Amino acid sequence: MAPALAWLAALMVVPCALVLALAFFRRGIYGGIEYTFTLENFGLVFDPLYAGIFLNSARIAGTATLIAVVIGYAAAYAISAAPRRWQPVFLFFAVLPFWSNYLIRTYAWIVLLNREGLITQLLRWFGYTGEPPSMLYTEGAVIAGLVYNYLPFVILACYAPLSRLNPELAEASRDLGASAATTFRRVVLPLTVPGIAAGAVFVFVLSIGNFVTPALLGGGRFQMIGNLVYDQFLTANDWPFGAALAMALIAIMLLVLTAQALAANRASGHVTQAGGNTDG
Amino acid sequence: MAERSPGTRRTLWFVLSLVFAFLYIPIAVLVALSFNEGGLPTAWSGFSLKWYASLAGNSAILSAALNTLIVALVSTAIATLLGTLLAIGIEMRRQYGKALEALIFAPMIIPDIVLAIALLSFFSMLNLTMGLHTIILAHVVFNLAFVCSVVRARLKSFDWSIVEASADLGASALTTFRRVTLPVIAPAVIAGALLAFTLSVDEFIIAFFTAGAGRASTTLPMQIYAMIRFGITPEINALATIVMAVSITALTLSQRLNRGIIGQ
Repeated sequence: MAPALAWLAALMVVPCALVLALAFFRRGIYGGIEYTFTLENFGLVFDPLYAGIFLNSARIAGTATLIAVVIGYAAAYAISAAPRRWQPVFLFFAVLPFWSNYLIRTYAWIVLLNREGLITQLLRWFGYTGEPPSMLYTEGAVIAGLVYNYLPFVILACYAPLSRLNPELAEASRDLGASAATTFRRVVLPLTVPGIAAGAVFVFVLSIGNFVTPALLGGGRFQMIGNLVYDQFLTANDWPFGAALAMALIAIMLLVLTAQALAANRASGHVTQAGGNTDG
Repeated sequence: MAERSPGTRRTLWFVLSLVFAFLYIPIAVLVALSFNEGGLPTAWSGFSLKWYASLAGNSAILSAALNTLIVALVSTAIATLLGTLLAIGIEMRRQYGKALEALIFAPMIIPDIVLAIALLSFFSMLNLTMGLHTIILAHVVFNLAFVCSVVRARLKSFDWSIVEASADLGASALTTFRRVTLPVIAPAVIAGALLAFTLSVDEFIIAFFTAGAGRASTTLPMQIYAMIRFGITPEINALATIVMAVSITALTLSQRLNRGIIGQ
């Protein structure tokens, strides 16, 4: 037990504490670190230029999350409605792509979206003769890549509560005269919020700190927080500012996780209500 | 679910087919192109293995593959040993604080980029020359956490009284571990090791930051990243197909072992 904990302490806790400390120092003139205390790195995070990148990242990550949750929930719902013995098979194949290399899954989209890629070929085949559409290196490509990469997790997260759902609850709701839509909105959806929240948090957190997908599918045109951190450490050589950005990333992550915990709590409140309340 | 109307059922099947098409078409295109004689996505010019053959002659890719194998094997071995011991230590006591729990979960949820820059800062502050050994040190951090969680899941249903019984019958602690505890948790340990191996083989960001300068310690994902940035080549399609096949096989195996555990 001790060696493992020592390993984690030495190679995770200490380095992370170091980054936190680094964020309070000044950048040296030649790119090194000057050991004088300052808060200006955190001030710089809120500079309009960088705050803009934060908002932009949040928007891209938010859009990807929304799309992934809608598709993932629909898929999970369809799987949970399939015959029992087929469900594990469907689930297995829904998650399988998730186990292949992230870079390769992203690269697959370059192959699809580039000017001479499959989509252009398909358009030509349907008789399209104009200029090939530029799909790669757009914000849409970045979002598609993020949705594609993280969708399997959303399916998995949403399937768990959907498969545990007691079908009698929905039946009771229908018997009491609620329409299919109302039953879904008032019974099924509230009971599966924890799954949606877990899936959404996963996609959002991994998307907002991502630097591979924006670099490859956005062609470097769409800076996200991850790219910014990358630049500060590997090109601009402003480690203290990069450290402050990384801490901001952690802060966003903790914020989102707290929101998820709250959503899960509220949802479990709903469950007791649904179980104990007969006149609602 | 028999009471669903045929219309609803059709809609659900339609949704499923769309989602599976979305998930598999990009991969299928990649795999198909790797066998395309001409190597271009524009036209199918016949089945060929020549891109696989040309991989075998690419020394940059071969040395990257060797580096990846070294990093993955060594970090998996260390992480499996430490992670298993950690899991046993935790589950045997059954009393652990929130802090310990957080410490073990942290490597699984910290964004890769944050751990990557943290380790880069740490190694360069120690003036450590970076290379394969620093990638291994870094990979053990998250691999350890994953192995530990897989083994702990197995130990949740472990009957500790058989350990006591073994001790009462005069077996030493080591014999008890080797003859009693290990056989019970072995499937989980192997599943954890397979998971760790694949995670390490596929890991790019942390390796990228802790590999140091120079090409000597380039791993396969780093090589793939460099090639992808350069553009599409039929060779990457072939390489991608092989890498995908390896990780999917290892993880399917790991999943099977884990399934066995759940089934017991």
